[in-house]
Amino acid sequence: MPDATPAPRKFEPRIVAFFCNWCTYLAADLAGTSRLKYAPNTRVIRVMCSGRVDPQFVLEAFARGADGVLIGGCHPGDCHYQVGNYKALRRFRLLRRLLREMGIEEERLRLEWISASEADKVKAVVNDMVEKVRALGPLRLKVPEEVFAEEVAA
Amino acid sequence: MQEPKRNGNGAGGVGVYVCHCGTNIAGIIDVRELAAYAAGLPGVTVAREYKYVCSDPGQEFIKQDIRALGLGRVVVAACSPCLHEKTFRRATEQGGLNPFYFQMVNLREHDSWVHTDREAATEKAKDLVRAAVRRVRLHQPLERRRVPIDPKVLVVGGGIAGIHAALTLANAGKKVYLVEREPTIGGHMAQFDKTFPTLDCAACILTPKMTAVRSHPNITLWTYSEVTKVDGYVGNFKVTVKRKPRYIVEELCLGCLECIEACVYKQAKVPDEFNLGLGKRKPIYLPFPQAVPQVVVIDPETCIEFKSGKCKKTCVEVCGDRLAIDFKQQERIEEVEVGTIILATGFQPFDARRIPYYGYGTYPGVYTALEVERLVNAAGPTGGEVLLRDGHKPRTIGIIHCVGSRDEHTHRYCSRVCCMYSLKLAHLLKEKTDAEVYNFYIDIRAPGKAFEEFYNRVAEEGTHFIRGKVADVYPEPNGTGRLVLQAEDTLLGLVRRIPVDMVVLATGLEARADAQEVRRLFNITCSTEGFFLERHPKLAPVNTFTDGIFLAGCCQGPKDIPDTVAQAGAAAAEALALVDAQFVELEPNTAYVLEEECSGCKTCVPLCPYSAITFVEAKKKAEINEVLCKGCGVCVAACPSGSIRQNLFEDAQIFEEIEGVLAHA
Ligand SMILES: Cc1cc2nc3c(=O)[nH]c(=O)nc-3n(C[C@H](O)[C@H](O)[C@H](O)COP(=O)(O)OP(=O)(O)OC[C@H]3O[C@@H](n4cnc5c(N)ncnc54)[C@H](O)[C@@H]3O)c2cc1C
Ligand code: FES
Repeated sequence: MPDATPAPRKFEPRIVAFFCNWCTYLAADLAGTSRLKYAPNTRVIRVMCSGRVDPQFVLEAFARGADGVLIGGCHPGDCHYQVGNYKALRRFRLLRRLLREMGIEEERLRLEWISASEADKVKAVVNDMVEKVRALGPLRLKVPEEVFAEEVAA
Repeated sequence: MQEPKRNGNGAGGVGVYVCHCGTNIAGIIDVRELAAYAAGLPGVTVAREYKYVCSDPGQEFIKQDIRALGLGRVVVAACSPCLHEKTFRRATEQGGLNPFYFQMVNLREHDSWVHTDREAATEKAKDLVRAAVRRVRLHQPLERRRVPIDPKVLVVGGGIAGIHAALTLANAGKKVYLVEREPTIGGHMAQFDKTFPTLDCAACILTPKMTAVRSHPNITLWTYSEVTKVDGYVGNFKVTVKRKPRYIVEELCLGCLECIEACVYKQAKVPDEFNLGLGKRKPIYLPFPQAVPQVVVIDPETCIEFKSGKCKKTCVEVCGDRLAIDFKQQERIEEVEVGTIILATGFQPFDARRIPYYGYGTYPGVYTALEVERLVNAAGPTGGEVLLRDGHKPRTIGIIHCVGSRDEHTHRYCSRVCCMYSLKLAHLLKEKTDAEVYNFYIDIRAPGKAFEEFYNRVAEEGTHFIRGKVADVYPEPNGTGRLVLQAEDTLLGLVRRIPVDMVVLATGLEARADAQEVRRLFNITCSTEGFFLERHPKLAPVNTFTDGIFLAGCCQGPKDIPDTVAQAGAAAAEALALVDAQFVELEPNTAYVLEEECSGCKTCVPLCPYSAITFVEAKKKAEINEVLCKGCGVCVAACPSGSIRQNLFEDAQIFEEIEGVLAHA
């Protein structure tokens, strides 16, 4: 392998993005057709609606090495399925609290409303998030043993 | 390679096809390295890269590999799935596999087009391909749902776009509901005198189409009406229409107009909407002589009977036993079922007041182009004589182009028709007043058939053209009553100040004020400028992202009448194609309940916006009605016991994707 990675020189955050099919995914497509340029750190996973994003997806992403998770949905009132994005918002708030307890910084999880025409917002949000997460540094999760030890000690 | 010959059951390995898309992808992503990388991923039988995978030979590779190598799954890494997912699913199917044994990777829109660093872009591509390969291995064979299409069509908006679409469909034998908000159909075109570039009379070409709508046995025309609710999905929409009371029984009104004559108001006193307030009407009125339907309207805001209840009601008297006037008429609600919908709600002119230094609304000598259309019209408020608000005939006229267009403070886009209608108005004004006419333009945009010739013709007629944006409009200091137009003539390189009697503002076209509400109602999207967004700017210009809903005319963006009519025909053809297929295939991305695992907690039931989930008391289990489910997956994400699953978006598949994108080499 030519690109066998030695210890990385510079930290490049890895961000998993869940984009809803009807707004944010299309906005990302539009960013492409408009040839906007943004940081190459996101990996988009398409879901039909931001309301499909199971908190477990987010936890799994962090557990598997994501440094940040971005959820993109339609603006309030614009969800293709009427209210899926409100469900997403509710879960997002709970998740943030949960993450805080787990020692994961708030900035690592982000929910954004990006409509199909807001290609520039995709660019702005991704770039901004990459910068913020870069500043935080790599995510280091406590391994289960550590958590367990803490719980026993408590 | 595992079990090579077992075709069709999806047991074979994965084939990965990386598209160069010319240089669109290959220019940034190292496609050769990517294909080599993909070939080494677990479960991959073959990985190829090709110039255009969507081409016939490209698709042929896929089909042949499925047969020859016994592939069980296909991954294509190319453009957005919105473009070619269908194409490749079909190729997969034609190769002998279930079409849903396929996954697409968006290399172009989400990677090569938005990144500049080759190495980072290639790394990202590898991550995405790896995720797709892992995901596709868990894909299940699925059947598309086939639902019948209701052959009836709803057309919203009765401008030239809606009229043309409705007539096309009705002539093809389809039942059409045409819903128009105003008391008459016709839209903006009905307000014009002549149309560029041929100068044919707008009414002469529009009126026959309007009357054809009225008399067509296949068209139900509801004017003074609005859609208030839309339920359902392609093939089966349920639409609620509110019909505002016009206080006239449409079926009984003969259009004799005697009531208008008989109204206790001897003089018309109310500013007339159709003439943009330049003329007057009575409280009972017909918007314009050729209005369709030929049914009068009563305006309750100004009618004495509505205000005081003490009118002599001379209108009712003269109507006599025709009994068409009904002051007690109530709003009516109609519910109709249709299979497809065409939106043709048009545009609104830019509000010239937003640019205060042009003085519209301040100086009586300043007019909008639409007002001038009415002034030059023989059926207009001045009988076609161009008279200013002070009663004089203008001797010098300045037309300011691009008002509210091509300007970052208002709209950045070009409204496409203003140059041409300004030339038209220059010609008509000159013809009617013999005035000196000055056109202040930025660029003359005359890119249509016979447009440039028209421009030359108008220029030869002696109209003046000054290249420069007008920066100020102010009254001539010595009290002549004239207005001075000040602009820098960029061809001469000096500031010109030209006094005129009349200023015409070529206001641009913008999305209607309620476009956002209408968009929500029909569950479609708007572009940044506020016009309805088409599915693809080139290949699906009349489709929306919501299946079964099409666009026609200026609601999609500024355009002239020929383009509007062409688009309306296209929208009608798209609707016909759906209707005549009789069935539509829906994405099988519905949710389903694993009955054994459902704990009966009912968490999901209230979450569903479509009431597709019911709780079956006898079994103490939730049940999802597949026909009602639209596949958002909200219930799947919420189910505490993980017993609701979603086809095409199974938890396991998404987990594979998550792990896939992160499983860095
Ligand atoms: C001053 C001026 C001059 C022009 N001159 C020319 C010319 O000479 N030649 C030319 O080719 N083009 C000309 N144009 C362009 C022309 O006006 C458009 O191409 C054409 O009118 C577009 O038709 P439409 O049906 O899309 O929209 P519209 O004419 O706007 O019609 C839309 C209709 O939908 C109705 N509607 C809106 N919302 C709803 C709703 N929610 N529910 C129900 N009904 C609704 C409206 O009441 C209206 O009747 C001119 C434009 C302007 C502004
Ligand atoms: S579809 Fe975009 S958030 Fe629901």
